[in-house]
Amino acid sequence: MAKTSKDLRSPLSRARGLGAAKDGVHHFWVLRVSALALIPLSLWFVFSVACLASGPADFYAVQHWVSAPSVAVALVLFLATALYHSVLGVEEVILDYSTGPARLTLLLASKFLHAIVAAAGIFAVLKVALG
Amino acid sequence: MTTKTPAQSRPLSPFMLGQYYRFQWTSLLSFGHRITGVGLALGTALVALWLIALAAGPATYEAVAPHIKAWYGQVLLFAWTWALMYHLCNGIRHLFWDVGMGFDLKTAERSGYAVVVVSIVLTAAAWAVAYLG
Ligand code: HEM
Repeated sequence: MAKTSKDLRSPLSRARGLGAAKDGVHHFWVLRVSALALIPLSLWFVFSVACLASGPADFYAVQHWVSAPSVAVALVLFLATALYHSVLGVEEVILDYSTGPARLTLLLASKFLHAIVAAAGIFAVLKVALG
Repeated sequence: MTTKTPAQSRPLSPFMLGQYYRFQWTSLLSFGHRITGVGLALGTALVALWLIALAAGPATYEAVAPHIKAWYGQVLLFAWTWALMYHLCNGIRHLFWDVGMGFDLKTAERSGYAVVVVSIVLTAAAWAVAYLG
């Protein structure tokens, strides 16, 4: 392992006060706000999925469920909030375990994948609900 | 110029484990938050795939559905609900810490037990309501 300096932060990093992700406390704050919003959304989603899974869960049953306006709106909120929270959370994990080019590659890959999953998931809900 | 800057000589996580920390079961809970967090990220991608299959129409959906109904699909679904309930309960514990509450050792240990118990109760409740309610 590399020799550890007594102070783990460089003087420049300390003076900037913006931390590893370079955006100060913003990242910390929005991760927690999204966590708060996810408490009711996740409880609703888990109970709904369990109820769906215990039924026939065929195409028409699930389509009927997603088509209800309140369900469609809640699904869009859940997907958007979960993926926003997730991209921030995964970023934290990547910053902890990687450096250099691997870090940049992983960060970009994570952001692109999260954006694709969010766009595709939300589009799917809207298509079913409006179609 | 061969001297390393402080940034270059910083150790990479998890350098504290083993050498500086003794094992405590609350560490396991903490690690569990990270594992469930990453697992949930993957799970959310599967949720999106399920919705895309639905949007693609009955033929695609009925091609995907057998995988969900198969034993591995059901195991994954159950594991995902528990992971979400665990991460949710432990996340609430984190949020209390963030406002400076419950940080003393005794409370942190007790809230740790509570997280495990409540997450199991919530998971069991969801599936019980679904199948019995
Ligand atoms: C599908 C839903 C969710 C996903 C994909 C997700 C994902 C993640 C990930 C990847 C992390 C980073 C883990 C780490 O740094 O160790 C994280 C952290 C966190 N999550 Fe979630 N999460 C979800 C739901 C929730 C919910 C419902 C809560 C409720 C309170 C929550 C609260 C938190 C908190 C407080 C943190 C920060 C923990 C820390 O300080 O290290 N998350 N999440």
